[in-house]
Amino acid sequence: MQDLTGRRPVVTDTHPSLLDRTMEAAARATPEPLATTVRGLSDRMVAWIFIAPTILLLLAINIFPLIWTIRLSFTNYRANRPNEAVKDIGLSNYARILTDSDTWMAMQTTAHFVLWTIVLQTLIGFTLAYLIDRKFRGHAVWTTIILVPMMLSPAVVGNFWRFLYEPQIGLFAYIVSFFTGIPPTEILMLSNVTLAPWAIVIVDTWMWTPYVMLICLAGLRSIPDYIYEAAEVDRASNWRQFWSITLPMALPFIMLAVLFRGIENFKMFDMVNLLTGGGPGSTTEVASITLKREAFEKWRTGFSSAFAIILFVAVFGLANIYVKVLNRVKSR
Amino acid sequence: MKSALKVTLGMAAALAATTAMTGVSQAEDLTLCWAAWDPANALVELSKDFTAQTGIGMKFEFVPWTNYADRFLNELNSKGKLCDLIIGDSQWIGGSAENGHYVKLNDFFDKEGIKMSDFVDATVVGYSQWPKNTPNYWALPAMGDVVGWTYRKDWFTKPELQKEFKEKYGWDLDAPKTFEQLKQVAEFFQNREIDGKKVYGASIYTERGSEGVTMGVMDVLYSFGFKYENPDKPYEMEGFVNSDKSVKGLEFYKALYDCCTPPGASNSYMGEGVDAFKSGQVAMHMNFAFTWPGLQKDEAVGGDKVGFFANPAGPDGEQFAQLGGQGISVVSYSDKQESALKYIKWFADKDVQAKWWSLGGFSCLKAVVEDPKFPDSQPYAKTFLDSMAIVKDFWAEPSYASLLQASQKRFHDYVVAGQGTAKEALDGLVKDWTEVFEDDGKM
Repeated sequence: MQDLTGRRPVVTDTHPSLLDRTMEAAARATPEPLATTVRGLSDRMVAWIFIAPTILLLLAINIFPLIWTIRLSFTNYRANRPNEAVKDIGLSNYARILTDSDTWMAMQTTAHFVLWTIVLQTLIGFTLAYLIDRKFRGHAVWTTIILVPMMLSPAVVGNFWRFLYEPQIGLFAYIVSFFTGIPPTEILMLSNVTLAPWAIVIVDTWMWTPYVMLICLAGLRSIPDYIYEAAEVDRASNWRQFWSITLPMALPFIMLAVLFRGIENFKMFDMVNLLTGGGPGSTTEVASITLKREAFEKWRTGFSSAFAIILFVAVFGLANIYVKVLNRVKSR
Repeated sequence: MKSALKVTLGMAAALAATTAMTGVSQAEDLTLCWAAWDPANALVELSKDFTAQTGIGMKFEFVPWTNYADRFLNELNSKGKLCDLIIGDSQWIGGSAENGHYVKLNDFFDKEGIKMSDFVDATVVGYSQWPKNTPNYWALPAMGDVVGWTYRKDWFTKPELQKEFKEKYGWDLDAPKTFEQLKQVAEFFQNREIDGKKVYGASIYTERGSEGVTMGVMDVLYSFGFKYENPDKPYEMEGFVNSDKSVKGLEFYKALYDCCTPPGASNSYMGEGVDAFKSGQVAMHMNFAFTWPGLQKDEAVGGDKVGFFANPAGPDGEQFAQLGGQGISVVSYSDKQESALKYIKWFADKDVQAKWWSLGGFSCLKAVVEDPKFPDSQPYAKTFLDSMAIVKDFWAEPSYASLLQASQKRFHDYVVAGQGTAKEALDGLVKDWTEVFEDDGKM
């Protein structure tokens, strides 16, 4: 009996094991022509055969659309006018986007969201992870409770918070009113231009802080106990242990969480769309909302393709720089 | 054995017949696409008669208003065969005609003796013609609609409120005839306690995502003297869109939003307006006429408690209202165009149109709406007639979506977010719209 690579299996026991018997049965069941064909293939070829479907799928659903988007970004194509001639307009779309004040406003709004959500989620997430890592009584229950928001669908969270923020019947307005004395009907979280951006930051922080906590917790749990034991022997204070052991060793994990949340929040759409739809006015119109409006409401397909490429390059470039910094931190 | 064979043959024959019948039925079934709202339910009921008469089954694809345009414009742009018949929004007519989505109906109308002069003129221009005011028909007027107002008649008739109002404003508390009066009424009710509950002046359109704030603002601007373009020079907008009168109209809308709407009503459209009125929050409510039958029937605020009035006049006495509603078209990508045309012929019939009105649809056939009994047929019928006589519509150009998005942004930025001035908002709108028409090669 030969295996698929043409070698005879090594038999070490007179009573074949279950695995041996299964392999033997599989070899017998393999049709002769296929066995012969496979026998003639190199390892590299077999590997290619296995990964080819995945590569083809990636090409079809990732690479081809990307190349097609790049191509469209140099045209005046509109998906709602199939009968109109498509003209090449060079870099006009890119020039228009980069000189358009509304686009820059959307980018600034996005940057504010990314900054504040990351700052809050990292601070609160790491603090929660640090507390949960103390392994107090009932910490498993608390961990589960804290993780619940992350498990909900963004559509559910968006609608749920829209009702919570409702000035006439919403719980949020009543709680704030209870502590501040301001009438609930004056707490217009989604209608006030100053409060609306913060309303979205609060919801995103509520939902995604557990995710940051989880990654930070993994980082904290990976620090070996003997390092703390050695620090105890050296009579290092808790504060000193935190600054010299905990934070530096958990830093790559924190940075990883920041990277994930940064990329996600740069693309933030669902929450903003559900809570404010970009309003009041354009105060919460992040880049992804602008992109959706250009692509699927104004139907400026060429223009929106150029905008999508600019966003892609921005996220990809920033993420690459960040990963390099992250690797440097890890190698220290 | 013989009987077993008979049974087997019988079952096989029955199975074959069922399969064949199913095939026939599927081939004949028509799919009609529209928005998911009350009139759609009335149409389902009405269409049962069509199936009974012709044997052609009807299937319906109804999508909520918030996704209606996205969903069906995607379907048409991708040349999809989902819809055989579509009741598309009035603003789609230009794009759908120029891009070949709809079947041109002139020959069909001539052959079947369907005359557009039998339908309310404004609905023919609004829902059927492209280019506007030319005899090129792409749809049959199906659902007349217009923005108007409902008010709480039971509150307006409270003697103590009438007395107080008269003392304060010097005229009898009643359905307002001008926008100035409307604002006074709204101010009067704002934050007032009625039956132990705090109430507010008016619910108006402020929605940002689709078309809400534009429909609301335009509804007011028309009566203040706004014009889309120079009547003698198409697409020339400077001095018309941003005229002094338009600026005053936009300032009025913002003032109305600031003074007299419920707290947090910064993203309110048809559904939110109905909710505000039904829950007894507001004294007046701006909305399309299609909401009126539902409000009239409502147990809490309907019956004698609700009244209806047409859009009030502006400062110079001009009185217009924003057109809503849709026409029904045959989709050019459908394989069942013949059956779809049969449906349109059936729908154009006078008796069908009369039943359409009685079920809650808004007929556009003159024979129905000009019937002497029509104004008394429903409490809101006269207001509907009065409103349909003063309609104006938004751009119906192929680029209407870009034009609409520009106005959504400019109006919401000014009215709700309070950014800039009314003049700046309208100047910006002229700039945006000019850019769109330049892109289209029309300027």
